[in-house]
Amino acid sequence: MEKTKSFRREPLTDTQLLMVITISIFFVMYVMAMIFLQGGFLRPQQVFDMLNDNASLIIVSCGLTVVMIGGGIDISVGAVTSLVVMSCILFINAGGNVFLAILLALGIGLGFGVVQGFLISYLEIQPFIVTLAGMFFARGMTTILSIDPQKLEHKGFNKFRETKIAMKWLGYRAPNGNFIPARMEFGVVIALLCLITVFILLRYLRLGRNFYAMGGNQQSALMLGINVKRTRFASYVLSGLLSGISGFVLIMHTGAANATNAAGMEMNAIASSIIGGTLLTGGVGNVVGTFFGTLTLTTIKKIVVSSGLTKPWWQSITTGGMLFFFILLQSIVLGQRAKKKKS
Amino acid sequence: MKKEAKSFSRGGLGQLTIPIIAILLLVIFNLIRDPSFFAIGFTTDNDSNLVLEGNLISIINAASELAILAMGMTLVTAACGGQDISVGAAAAIAGSAFVKIIKGAAIVDGEPVISGGRVFAAFLFACLVAMLFGSFNGMLVAVFKIQPMIATLILFTCGRSIAYWINGGATPNFHSPITKAIGGFIPGVPIPAPVLITFATFVLFILLFRFTSLGLLTQAVGINGSAARLNGINATFIKLLSFIILGVCVAIAGCIGTCRLELINHETLLIDVEMDTILAVAIGGNNLGGGKFKIGGSIIGAYVIQMLTTTLFAMKVSSTDIKAYKAIVIVLLVVMGSPVIKAKFGKLMMKIRDNKSRVSTKGAE
Repeated sequence: MEKTKSFRREPLTDTQLLMVITISIFFVMYVMAMIFLQGGFLRPQQVFDMLNDNASLIIVSCGLTVVMIGGGIDISVGAVTSLVVMSCILFINAGGNVFLAILLALGIGLGFGVVQGFLISYLEIQPFIVTLAGMFFARGMTTILSIDPQKLEHKGFNKFRETKIAMKWLGYRAPNGNFIPARMEFGVVIALLCLITVFILLRYLRLGRNFYAMGGNQQSALMLGINVKRTRFASYVLSGLLSGISGFVLIMHTGAANATNAAGMEMNAIASSIIGGTLLTGGVGNVVGTFFGTLTLTTIKKIVVSSGLTKPWWQSITTGGMLFFFILLQSIVLGQRAKKKKS
Repeated sequence: MKKEAKSFSRGGLGQLTIPIIAILLLVIFNLIRDPSFFAIGFTTDNDSNLVLEGNLISIINAASELAILAMGMTLVTAACGGQDISVGAAAAIAGSAFVKIIKGAAIVDGEPVISGGRVFAAFLFACLVAMLFGSFNGMLVAVFKIQPMIATLILFTCGRSIAYWINGGATPNFHSPITKAIGGFIPGVPIPAPVLITFATFVLFILLFRFTSLGLLTQAVGINGSAARLNGINATFIKLLSFIILGVCVAIAGCIGTCRLELINHETLLIDVEMDTILAVAIGGNNLGGGKFKIGGSIIGAYVIQMLTTTLFAMKVSSTDIKAYKAIVIVLLVVMGSPVIKAKFGKLMMKIRDNKSRVSTKGAE
């Protein structure tokens, strides 16, 4: 995509520039880790581990990116994910059908999306407050449903959950001589499907372009004849729906529900989107960047752990430092471009 | 008189309509539910001091930190059009710094001697640390023009870990009559000390607005930053200043929170307070997009939140389930305050009035 752009000699848009920065920093970082830390970083399994652990975070971040491109914010995503996990596991354990549980997951996500979207776009209430209330509600409902940890007891589903896609050609030989193929969970496939769908939506469909127009300048979008209210509504519905899917993917990953499930996920998702080049002001961003943002965030944590800084405070301090670096970099880069444009 | 009534029906108390209605609703609800909720009495505490007790007192007492933070947050919101989500983490850092100095007291006969001067020095040090972190946030927002929520996400992520690091991974505790008085009751004064501190902070803010033009300048910057700059207002400095003032508020709140338990636990000190603080500012009728503000509104907002929590506690709702009920009340409140609903309500009132006048003119004919 970058190639055709440079071929046409068009300058990169802000979105593309920030995305390119993120992706290149991710690769540089990963290669450095491969050279200096070696160990797990040399194996492809490391990448799959990161994907397996973060499939639901990737899905949630996609939804959040869409909302942020539209100039809004949705901090209820982590709590909705947690609520979906809890209610689906209780439903399945009570003898419910797994397919009905999927519908339940989608329904909860959609429900939150619709209510929040309605309040934000049609009643013009500040998105932060509405989604904050959504977060409180979802967290509260989770503990009302059950304060004790729950374990998934459906045998068939558990079996399906534990089957992983094995890739022999990416495997490695363990020190004891056993061959271990690279494993990937089904959740990752779902996450990638969501990512591709949102990517196509944002890039090729009218609704997706409307998100950018609305986030860039609401007044101009209105003048262009875009139904701003409906577009904003759609962005929150999409985010809610993706939270529902993410909840189900989290069940497939952990198989257990806990009142503190997905704690802090909303902030991780926001951080992923920001590192991936999405601006909270709206109009700039891309889900591919977000995907690499999530990977960057995880890689930093892995690097910190494997370089021997095992004290619990190091992870979050380095994550904070990394965020600081990216945020400052984006601010400076965009500031320079704005100056150039003016002159 | 007529004009006032007219403006009230359009949400005419201005900003304060929603918080005042909310408090009234909560009071009425509690009166119906259980009038003894409002009982206030005197008891003697463990140190045989005569102190006030009752639900109302505990509401006002428990909301102290929230109210203090809400005051600072209002200023940041007004100037920058965004919120600081790192106040909880920053308070943990300030509290840790406070305890660090207190723990440095000389030990005599196996008991540390904590003098008043040391507590004051510890408080000043906590202020300094919090102002430093405040100016870090403020610099990102004012100089690098980063959205406040994003800029403070950094400290939100790593703040509690920094506090953890200051404490060396432990949760140190301390005992002294002075810190006990700050977190509880000053001997001979029946009102809880945190309430007095909140009041003092409020008075300081009022004095600040009366004797400086900070309030006006903040509003000017918040409404239109570039216009303010063209009028010769140093917008960058005003934004930075608002974050530094919030830093002082954070230090006060952090110290109160630490003194209440005489213990610093970096994980649980003022946990989730950032969300409640922003909520208090919003319930207070302040526009989260910046501009005009009323500190009083935010304070009432803080008490509304605490009253709601205490009411739910009194109804035997467990502390983890409270959030769900809180959310419903919040949504109801903000829906009432929504511009669309307000406009619809105004139209409805107009229609009723029109109908009335039509009827009356008909009657006259």
